[in-house]
Amino acid sequence: MKELSFSYFPGCSQTGSAAEFGLSAAAVGAALGVGLHELPDWNCCGASSAHMTDDLLSVALPARNLALARSAGRDLVAVCAACYSRLRSARARLNADAGLAARLEEVLGSSPVFEGEIRHLLDVLINQVTLPGIRPWLRQGLEGLKAVPYYGCLLVRPPRDCCCDSVENPTDLDRLLGFLGVEVCRWPRKTDCCGGSLSLSRPDLVEKLVNDLFESAVEAGAGCIVTACPMCAANLEMRQKQGRLGFSLVHRIPVLYFTEILGIALGLSGTRHWLESHIINPVPLLEATGVSLDPEPRRAGAARKVPARPGRDPGGVATG
Amino acid sequence: MITCVNSRLEESIEQRSGQLVRACYQCGKCSAGCQLAFGMDLLPHRVMKLVQYGQEARVLSCSTIWLCASCEACSARCPNGIDVAGVMDALRQASLESGIAPAQRDVVAFHRSFLAGIRLAGRTNEPVLIAAYKALSRRLFDDLGLGVVMLRKGKIKAMPRLVQDRDAIRRIFRMSERGSNRQ
Repeated sequence: MKELSFSYFPGCSQTGSAAEFGLSAAAVGAALGVGLHELPDWNCCGASSAHMTDDLLSVALPARNLALARSAGRDLVAVCAACYSRLRSARARLNADAGLAARLEEVLGSSPVFEGEIRHLLDVLINQVTLPGIRPWLRQGLEGLKAVPYYGCLLVRPPRDCCCDSVENPTDLDRLLGFLGVEVCRWPRKTDCCGGSLSLSRPDLVEKLVNDLFESAVEAGAGCIVTACPMCAANLEMRQKQGRLGFSLVHRIPVLYFTEILGIALGLSGTRHWLESHIINPVPLLEATGVSLDPEPRRAGAARKVPARPGRDPGGVATG
Repeated sequence: MITCVNSRLEESIEQRSGQLVRACYQCGKCSAGCQLAFGMDLLPHRVMKLVQYGQEARVLSCSTIWLCASCEACSARCPNGIDVAGVMDALRQASLESGIAPAQRDVVAFHRSFLAGIRLAGRTNEPVLIAAYKALSRRLFDDLGLGVVMLRKGKIKAMPRLVQDRDAIRRIFRMSERGSNRQ
């Protein structure tokens, strides 16, 4: 497999409440030969709050990251759907508006015009590493696990920045999960909004959106929801009804990142640590399906090497 | 192409958003697919119509512009290619600049807390954000149970993470305060 090398934008969540997303993304990248080089001294993209209240700020904050990416000279990969969206949007504005780019260059001290690609890790895995490229490294199948894939808003919209195969009915995550042996349940809410940006300020409205999502997932027969967005995950885990003072949960369906699911299938070490930091503990569900969360340590660097006999799974596990 | 402009408000929002608000013919698709329509005082397609009519006070003081979560379902589906969520951004910004009291003060308090945190540290630190929001919105006792769960799960990290070159962040904020480029 060709070694891939990207600048990596972790995003604030992945160093905070979604640490397990950052850790699992890094581990999966390392295991599959996707070099993720953290952008030095990156800053917050401004997320919804910047573009909702201050147009110039919504370009200027990502612009500093784009200037850093330009100096690094590699394509840029993000894992947070919001960061991905804001970086793409700012790049489009800057590359189309030379006056604005020049103004920001003056403020930043270096050019924010970034000619490289900005991609989401899901897109890199599906379209560049590809499913057949993942196959040799699989350690265990995830048969018995039922999941609904949840894309949310910003991976697919606006259509210009869609990193999946369809805006209204994306199937990238479906295909990845199905490939890992997960039973993918059909549901109508895969690109519905969870209301993330209102999570703190209007929890009453967000609770309804979140509960609609959970009810729909239960109806579809899913045992867990798999997402690629830290805002969706945090919101789903924290904003069920009866959230407030007495924090008890109605829906016990775990919410997992696609990188965690992939990490389990790859038999990576550290999976149990990621999983235990979820508010809705997914460990009992996963253990009930017979999945091993404590794999035997693999040989150092083994995952990066080309398999000795191509076409044979080194783990010797049927991958369905 | 429609060239007739209905009102000064429409013209200014078109200029600010770069979107052809005049092209809206009230099909209602934006409202039909809006996840937050149930909480809004004006449906999104009605906001578009009121912008065309120049109903500035009604539009800038409605709750809709603050409850739009920018999921962009409307923008992806508009048959006339209008980025409705982009129009909502323009209306929010116009509302803040107009001095009209926002219909959703807590939503505005959240955005202010979020940006204040970035200005300070260069990155968003959730505990700092939550504390700032609680102070600004005076909702001190919301979500205490959730806070305990987050602490126990290690979701709240002790040390805020800072950008080294905070001077660059300050320059960015000062620049944006001197004026938006779209006016």
